[in-house]
Parts: sequence; C-alpha cells; structure tokens
Amino acid sequence: MAAAPAARELTQNPLQKTWEPYDNGLPAGHSAQRGVCMTNCPTLIVMVGLPARGKTYISKKLTRYLNWIGVPTKEFNVGQYRRDLVKKYKSFEFFLPDNEEGLKIRKQCALAALNDVRQYLSEENGHVAVFDATNTTRERRETIYKFGEENGYKTFFVESVCVDPEVIAANIVQVKLGSPDYVDCSNDEATEDFMKRIECYKNSYETLDETLDKDLSYIKIMDVGRSYLVNRVMDHIQSRIVYYLMNIHVTPRSIYLCRHGESELNLKGRIGGDPGLSVRGKEFAKSLAQFINEQNIKDLKVWTSQMKRTIQTAEALGVPYEQWKVLNEIDAGVCEEMTYEEIQENYPLEFALRDQDKYRYRYPKGESYEDLVQRLEPVIMELERQENVLVICHQAVMRCLLAYFLDKPAEQLPYLKCPLHTVLKLTPVAYGCKVESIFLNVEAVNTHRDKPENVDISRPTEDALVTVPAHQ
Amino acid sequence: MTNCPTLIVMVGLPARGKTYISKKLTRYLNWIGVPTKEFNVGQYRRDLVKKYKSFEFFLPDNEEGLKIRKQCALAALNDVRQYLSEENGHVAVFDATNTTRERRETIYKFGEENGYKTFFVESVCVDPEVIAANIVQVKLGSPDYVDCSNDEATEDFMKRIECYKNSYETLDETLDKDLSYIKIMDVGRSYLVNRVMDHIQSRIVYYLMNIHVTPRSIYLCRHGESELNLKGRIGGDPGLSVRGKEFAKSLAQFINEQNIKDLKVWTSQMKRTIQTAEALGVPYEQWKVLNEIDAGVCEEMTYEEIQENYPLEFALRDQDKYRYRYPKGESYEDLVQRLEPVIMELERQENVLVICHQAVMRCLLAYFLDKPAEQLPYLKCPLHTVLKLTPVAYGCKVESIFLNVEAVNTHRDKPEVRIFFKLEDLMLVPPGTALIPC
Repeated sequence: MAAAPAARELTQNPLQKTWEPYDNGLPAGHSAQRGVCMTNCPTLIVMVGLPARGKTYISKKLTRYLNWIGVPTKEFNVGQYRRDLVKKYKSFEFFLPDNEEGLKIRKQCALAALNDVRQYLSEENGHVAVFDATNTTRERRETIYKFGEENGYKTFFVESVCVDPEVIAANIVQVKLGSPDYVDCSNDEATEDFMKRIECYKNSYETLDETLDKDLSYIKIMDVGRSYLVNRVMDHIQSRIVYYLMNIHVTPRSIYLCRHGESELNLKGRIGGDPGLSVRGKEFAKSLAQFINEQNIKDLKVWTSQMKRTIQTAEALGVPYEQWKVLNEIDAGVCEEMTYEEIQENYPLEFALRDQDKYRYRYPKGESYEDLVQRLEPVIMELERQENVLVICHQAVMRCLLAYFLDKPAEQLPYLKCPLHTVLKLTPVAYGCKVESIFLNVEAVNTHRDKPENVDISRPTEDALVTVPAHQ
Repeated sequence: MTNCPTLIVMVGLPARGKTYISKKLTRYLNWIGVPTKEFNVGQYRRDLVKKYKSFEFFLPDNEEGLKIRKQCALAALNDVRQYLSEENGHVAVFDATNTTRERRETIYKFGEENGYKTFFVESVCVDPEVIAANIVQVKLGSPDYVDCSNDEATEDFMKRIECYKNSYETLDETLDKDLSYIKIMDVGRSYLVNRVMDHIQSRIVYYLMNIHVTPRSIYLCRHGESELNLKGRIGGDPGLSVRGKEFAKSLAQFINEQNIKDLKVWTSQMKRTIQTAEALGVPYEQWKVLNEIDAGVCEEMTYEEIQENYPLEFALRDQDKYRYRYPKGESYEDLVQRLEPVIMELERQENVLVICHQAVMRCLLAYFLDKPAEQLPYLKCPLHTVLKLTPVAYGCKVESIFLNVEAVNTHRDKPEVRIFFKLEDLMLVPPGTALIPC
C-alpha cells in the first residue's frame, strides 16, 4: 500500500475564484472543473434521414445548445461542401443513384467534411462534431463509424423519420425554396425538383434497425417527436443530447423576453439588491400589460424571478405567473448594491479582472456569467418544451437567454444590449430566430456598461469608469 | 410542475423490475418535491389472502384467483383515487403486471374519468440471467416464500411467470400509438418513448433513462474539520484545521484499502473539500452546485451570534428548517433543487466518492435513504465519517465508517420550539415594525 503523497497547496484563481493546486508557484491543473458536461473523448454525431426531414434544423439547434452550455461543438453540412465544389446546381439529376459523376463528387464532399471533422475534434479542441448529411445507407454509416473508431471518437446517430406529407411540404417551403440551389427557380419549379431529389434517395434508404443496428448508439426521432427509439446511450453527453432532442418541438410560437421595470437602485446606478420599482418602473409595468393584451397571445405563460422587481412587474399584468429562483439576477457577492464607482474605489483589481474576461469573472462570494448559464439551463429546457412564454427577468439573465436564442458566443454574451422597458419578441423561423425589439415608450436609465479600452489592473480610475452610464 | 395528477401504470411480466422502478421513481419524485405514492397490487393481494399457497393462484383459469386479483386491483385504484383527488397527491404509481390490453384500457378509462394523465412504463426483458438475478434479489425473501427453500421458491416463481406469458400483450407501436408510454428494453439498453405529454412525464423519462442496476457503491463524506468548524462558525470558505488534514490522510488510506474499481471523486468548489480531495492523490472533479448552503447574512456567524443579531430568523428556522431561507441566502428546499443534476449524474455513474458539506450531504442522503423533508435537515452527518451506500434489493444499505480522527460536533438538533407568534400573523405586520415576543 503506497503512502499518500503530501497534499499540494491550493491557490485561488483571481478571476474565477476557483481553488487550484500549485507546484512551485505554478498552477498544476490537476482537477477538472465540471461546467455542466464533461466529455472524455470527442463525440461524433451523425445525422440520418431523407431530405427535408429536419436534419439540418436539428444539427444547428443541437450545436447552438451544446455551445451555449459550454461544450465546443461544430456542425459540418455536406450539402454546403457540395455547393462550394459544384458552383451551380442544375437539377435533381445530380442525385440520381446511377449518376457516376454525381456520386464521385458527393463522396469527395463527404470525405472533405470528415477531414475537417477530424481536424476540429483532434487538433482544434472541439468536443462534439455534428456530421449533417443523409447517411441513408448502412454502408455509408459503417464508413463513418470506422472513421470515428480510428480516431477515438464515440459515434452517436440521430435519425429523423417522417412520412407525413404535410410536414415535408412545410419543410420545403421553410428552408428549401430559399436555398442557394433554387435561387433562379420559381417556387413550383423548386418544389417539383426537390420532390424528385427525395425520390433519388428512397430506394437505397436503410433506416436504423432494432436488430441489424443493435450495437450502435442512436436515437430515432419519429414524426417530428411523437415517438423516439433510443439505443445504447453510452455517456453523459449522449444522455443530455437525447434529453434535449426529446424536449424540442416545431410548433410555431413566440418567446417574449424583458427586464423588470426600472428599479429604485437602477436610478441610483447601484447593482443587484432586491429593490422595488421606481415610478417609471410602475409605468412600464402598466404599459407591458397593455402591450401583452394587444398582442392577443394564445395561452401565454408568464415567468418571473423571485426578486421583488420582476414580481411587481408581473403583478400589473393581472394574469397568473410562475416564480423561478434560478431566474434571479447574477449574484454580485461583496459588490451587491454598490455603484460602479464604489466597486472601482473598493475593489479596483476585481473591477479590472471583470473587464478582462467578463464571461468567466466571478464576483467574490458571488457568481459569474458562466455560473449563470449553468443555472439557467433548466429554464432553456422548459422554454423549449413550452409554447408562448413571457419571461420577466434581469439584465445579466436576459443576456444569457438571448445568447442562447441568437447563438451568441461567450465573449459577446455579457455585452448584449438588453435595455430597460424594451421587450424582445423572439420567433423561430427557418434555421434561426427572428427578433423584434419593442420599446414600450417609458423612459428609463441606461444600465449598459460597455467594455472600456483600458482593462489593465493598474489603470487609472478615469479609464475604469469611462463607460459607466449616467445615474443619480 | 403538474396541473392535473399523473397516474403512472407499470407494465410487465413478473421479475422484470416493475416494483424496483416504482419504488425508485417514487423516491426520486418525492425528493424533488412532487408528492408521489406507489400502490403495489401484490401487497393488496397479500393483505387479503393471508397465506400464499402456490403458483396455481395465478393460473388463467383459476376463477377464485381471478376474482380476488380483480378485487385487489380495484381496491388499489380506489386508494389511488383517494390519494390523487382527496389527499393532494400529484403522482400515483400503479404497480402491477397490467399485461393485457383490456386491463390497461380499464385503468386508462379510470384515469380519464378522474381527470388524471396516464403514463405507462413497461419493462421488457428476455435475458434469463437478469430474471434469475431478480428472483434471487427480491423474490426469495418475499413473504410469499417465507416457508420455502430457495429451490422451491424459484421453481414456483418460474411457473408463476408462465401463467402470465400466454396472455401478455406488450405495448405496441401501432395498436397503442395514442397512449403515452416508455418501454424499457433489456434493463435499459434501449427505450421506446411515445407521446410525452408534459413536463413531469419528460422528467420521468429522463430519470428512467439514466438509472441502471450495475452493482456499485457511493461514498459520501464531508470535508475534513475546518478552521471555522473549530470556532463554531457556519459557512465561509476556510481551510482545513490540523485534525482536518489528518482526516484527509486517513481518507486517502481508507480509499486505498477499499480497492474500489474506477472510483470517481467529486468535490465542491470550496477550499475545504478540495484540500481534502488533494490528499487522495487522484484526479477529482469540482462541482459548484456541491457548495454548502448559502447562509446569506449569517455567513461565518456562530449560532450565538445569529441568535443575538437575528433572533426572529433563528426561531423561524427552527419552525421549518427545510423551507426556511436565510436572508440573501438559501433554504434546504433550494439546495435540493440545485443538487438534482448531481443525483442524476450519480445515478448514471458507478463508484463515486462525494466530498461535500453538512447540509449538502443531508440532502443527498435523504434521497438515497428516502427520508422526508421534515427529517432531512436533522440527518446526522458528522465530520470525519464516511457513509458507504450500496443499493440492495429495493433500497440502500448504509455503512458508517468513522475514520478515527476526532472532530467537533456540528450537529444542532431541533430545540423544543415555543411559538410566540405564528408565521401567518407576521405576514400582516407592516415592514419595520418591531416584534416583541410575548
């Protein structure tokens, strides 16, 4: 029995406030930080399905979700490789199973995409790659699986099966008619060609089979989520992917995001706390009620945090609402209820570190944006399940939610503009999200502080405070 | 989480894990705050037919047996109705074979009539090894077989399973396409999920897809004694005391001796748990959600100081320690919500050592030992003591190992609470009014 080695000393990372062991004064990087999910070896997600079954929709959405929760993910759309290689798309005949030239080019594109996958996962620190192509034959899937094995990736298949002609027609309208392939065609011409394109794949389509493919890890999504067949989930990330895919839907709806009305502390330029609404904040609440009424939204759910200012705002709507503690504003720890001037005066080092990496910076005894994303994940999951929802929250919280819907990376997230008294209406469309910004015509202070030019820890006070918005 | 009550209906031949799943699911739902109760029809049968004779009771042509079994099913459904419609239950788990479409239709209609959403959970397994292992784990010790040898019991039980096989109608993708269900195949190798209707069904599916039956142990302990523990202060982010460091070394030795296969080690992001893990000399993962309960304005105070500065808060905490939230802090109820991902990942994992904190450990322990909210904040989790939890049959075996390094006692029992005022009265008082206990 070996004697336990002498325990290493710990040092606290000044930015993230995490404790790390160090040897000879240098961080030893021994332990792992569990953000949300840990992947030991990279994961290769392989989409499977006929054209117009939602593969690209799922690929993009899944990629967006995984990146938001902190898992570096990238999608590789083979059709895009084909468009880059074959400058001009002529017709469905390119996809005929006996078109030698077409087959050659398509294989070349698939291999080029797989090569980029390898580079992303093995050389660029990617954790998950989503390989978006039809992959409708067992032979093609075997090739990809072998590629995964050779490179030490875990392979997980996501198949979308759908026979409902209405769904397919709707998909074609949403995302195919506007495709670069059909830029010179009328809608009717495009639809006709695309239907023939689908036919090209049907004869050789081998769906994932419970017996023949029993050793593969996969989820088969049937009829846009009515049912699922899940086989051999291998690890945490696959379990999270399955849970996410089982909660998303395509029913049209809108998500409304806004902050509480202006608060008493907002007026004084102070952050955090649990203040009530100012006079103008109460005005806003009434305007919000009117706006919501005029929108005539079907079955609207209203969510607030457990802080007084969001609840006061919701009260003005006169409808039931749900309070979520996880929607509370970011905890500024020792800086709670301070002005930026006071933070600069009392904690100039902290203030500079925050400007250096606003996403990862954790207030002493408080939280970081990175922490916020982790605690907001159940909100995102439930928003995916729901239909029309109004979320009345806070500046940092709203930035995190908005970054998820608009696919903004971590560096941009803490600087997204979420002004008071402004509702953002998000409506999913095609592969993304339409945003409408509606200012409800009640003046409020500006609480947005841009990143200043000088983020050095030795910077003078004026440089630190140059971007602080005006307040009482 | 639930607007109308949910009726979960188990489906499957005997020895397919229905009761195991029922009990585990019930435990999980209650822990996350969804009032849930299981109704085992076999238990109703044992209460009615005092002495079990043989498998012949279950023969499909045994009129007497069929009559009694139907009576039991109806009695259980009646209790379900009382629980969901009169006693504020949110979820009822109806644990019986329910292997015919006809029986399931009866139950579904019952659900509809009463305004319940019905969700079926079927367990399908053909692996003879799994079934044999189940029989050994939970059938041989059943009251039905208390006077039989193991061989006699096994033989009778196998014949009992045969009684069901001919009439077994598994959930079918086409015939049952309008029902909401999950079909679990081969102890979780694959799942068929159909028409998940709402949030609670989605959570149930996620949970069922993450649990497994591979034997393993979960080790729970607190950090070594800290500098603030010595001073009787709560919270903060202190380092280990001299004895705390001793404990860390003892823990390393203990873990080595246990010779655990592929042990994962988890800590919080507070210095004292990380210092403890460092002594083990193995990789560990830091989870922020494992941090100790946030005592808000009371952080780093002694109980005496809390009594002096916040006597009202202190009294309120003793009145309902589970729901009480420190000002600018958290409650045990909040803690359970933030620990749910830890429980989910513990279910996925195999051998794990969790080095955490008193309140956190109480919450995790309450989940594994099925302790209700009232008891949770008073569970004993002393310093320098490892709890080894090993799933067995329908529950969890606990071994408590004190690692022989003395430490202060940080456990505060519920004092005899003399109520000078009621919580409801307080809510009507204008803010800022001084309160004088009478």
